[in-house]
Amino acid sequence: MTRTPLRPLARILQARSNGENPDAIERENLRIRHEQMRDKARVRAEGRLLVIGAMFFCAFVVIGARMGLLSATEPSEPRARATGASIIASRADITDRHGRLLATNMETHSLYAHPQQMIEPLRAAKELKAIFPDLDEERMIKDFTDEKRKFLWVRKKMSPEQMQAVHDIGEPGLLFGPREMRLYPNGAIASHILGGASFGREGVDSAEVVGTAGIEKYFDEELRDPAREGAPLELSIDLTIQAATERVLDSGMRLMNAKGAASVLMDVHTGEILAMASLPDFDPNDRPRPPTNGSPSDSPLFNRAVQGVYELGSAFKILAASQAMELGIVTPETIIDTRPPFRVGGHAIGEFEGHNYGQISVEEVIMNSSNRGTGKIALAIGTERQKDFLRRLGFFDPVPLEMVEAPGGKPLIPQRWTDLSTVTISYGHGLSATPLHLAAAYSAIANGGHLVTPTLLKRKGTSYGDTVLSEEVAANARHMLRRVVKDGTASFGDVPGYHVGGKTGTADKPREKGGGYYKDKTITTFASMFPAEAPKYVLIVTLDEPVETSGPKPRRTAGWTSVPVAAEMIGRIAPLLGLRPEYDMGEVTNVTLARQ
Amino acid sequence: MRTMLYVTTFLGLIGLAFWAYRENYQTQAALDHVADLHGDIADARARLAILKAEWAYLNRPDRLRELSEINFERLGLLPMRPEQFGKVDQVSFPHVPLVVTDAIEVTSANAAAADEELWP
Repeated sequence: MTRTPLRPLARILQARSNGENPDAIERENLRIRHEQMRDKARVRAEGRLLVIGAMFFCAFVVIGARMGLLSATEPSEPRARATGASIIASRADITDRHGRLLATNMETHSLYAHPQQMIEPLRAAKELKAIFPDLDEERMIKDFTDEKRKFLWVRKKMSPEQMQAVHDIGEPGLLFGPREMRLYPNGAIASHILGGASFGREGVDSAEVVGTAGIEKYFDEELRDPAREGAPLELSIDLTIQAATERVLDSGMRLMNAKGAASVLMDVHTGEILAMASLPDFDPNDRPRPPTNGSPSDSPLFNRAVQGVYELGSAFKILAASQAMELGIVTPETIIDTRPPFRVGGHAIGEFEGHNYGQISVEEVIMNSSNRGTGKIALAIGTERQKDFLRRLGFFDPVPLEMVEAPGGKPLIPQRWTDLSTVTISYGHGLSATPLHLAAAYSAIANGGHLVTPTLLKRKGTSYGDTVLSEEVAANARHMLRRVVKDGTASFGDVPGYHVGGKTGTADKPREKGGGYYKDKTITTFASMFPAEAPKYVLIVTLDEPVETSGPKPRRTAGWTSVPVAAEMIGRIAPLLGLRPEYDMGEVTNVTLARQ
Repeated sequence: MRTMLYVTTFLGLIGLAFWAYRENYQTQAALDHVADLHGDIADARARLAILKAEWAYLNRPDRLRELSEINFERLGLLPMRPEQFGKVDQVSFPHVPLVVTDAIEVTSANAAAADEELWP
């Protein structure tokens, strides 16, 4: 670009010669130059504005197009995923403490009918009757030939063989829908704990499986939660031990002619229930309907261990003795006068079969199961302190177990807690509780005085609650319980190799309609712990209306009924629990010294 | 020179476009494969669940007990009892008499004679 000088010499000279002011030329040129510079700057600025405007326009178009696209298209999952984590919609399994299946799901099919599509409804009904004998043929013919019916269920679930047979009928109006059903592979084992499941809302393509009782109902939400990703629910139950327990309890119940039986095996340090049985039981795969008449406690659905509220008899005596020792009222050697008469509130307190044990120590009171001795100890403790102790042991509330039936096991306590109540409750009459309550209370004695809460879920490590007894008192109480088995009322409870400690309890059954007790119906309980020196497990065995008839007179006491059953049970399950038997020295025979 | 630059750039562009096209289709194929695998995994899980249920059903304690009773004569299985526990020193090891068949002379009773044989 050629630059025009501000003072061109030719024009200056010409202007000078003309007598004009040459500065005017310079100013004129300066003005022209400034105008040119201004025009150039404007063009450049306009260009920049255009570029910026174009960029903004593009940006807004892109954003707008993206927004429009997002709002107009169907949402979809991203196809590429880092992990294979998938949502598992089926109900979670339930396993025992070693991971063995207790409840799982099975894919099966349901059968439904579209009568308007049927070609030969009469033949279909006849063939279906042949496959499923429990169906009503008349009813099916009526439904299949009904003009108004467009849809009906025939079977909720069926086996693959049955499905093939129905398929072979070749009727286009019979259709299958997929179904997921709950399966309990072990049958009746642990049936009361598991409860059962049934179908909730049902559609043709699927149905939701909902728990109807037991732990299935208690953990219904958790088991159905897809976020679990199918992680199984681990229970504290041990399948092997549960099976052995039920087997022994069943034979014991038959042998003792009892109408029902219950047992609870609990770890005294963690509160885990390893086995809990109630007989008669049922198959959760085919859960019976609740009874419409008669006593609900006679139904197989009734869980005697959790719901059965019974007077547990003399098994309570150790609680009174422990509390008295804890309060420093007595020591195991304190002499108690158990001679008659002993009257409280106008009632004479008697002993079993009118015995008179004379003046005996507290230890012998427990060993011989003296009502008068325990009653006197309870009076020394006093009503308020007794109530407080029993409340802390949990005898006033239902056990907070993870089952929907648990709140049904609310103990029955007297309305007015008189001195007579204090005395009778000390030997287990007048207060009704479940075997599970007793297991929790005995665990406190067994583990050195710490409360534990029974649970059906697998736990890690000990879970001690409040301390109710000192270590020394608990040890003394355990020693007394060991004496009961060694020399007292539970002598049948001695299992060679395992030092069992425990206390029997026999209570007359109260009449259903009130008015006293039956003379010939009892509830017998044996509450035991083993090994007695440092107990690991508490076992409660309760029999309902047992009679032992080997002697000249029918025997109905716990020592003759529950105790032998419990002893057999401990002999069976203790090796399975991995407990080494310890024999007293001197029993080793046929061993000669290698060196003289 | 300038023409050469234009040609190379254009060829490079075509090459990159082809590469991007191929990568895109390979990714699509991989995603389809993953989707198939997910389907297979779901099938395998369902099959595994059935097998587990069958295994649990075949191993149910009632059945095992019945089997052990049926096969009692052959197997002689009984429930475990405390008496079956023992200590090692209670085990009476069978007394096996020591029979020497291929004896080797290691005593020094005939050492002098042997020496003479070796070092005459």
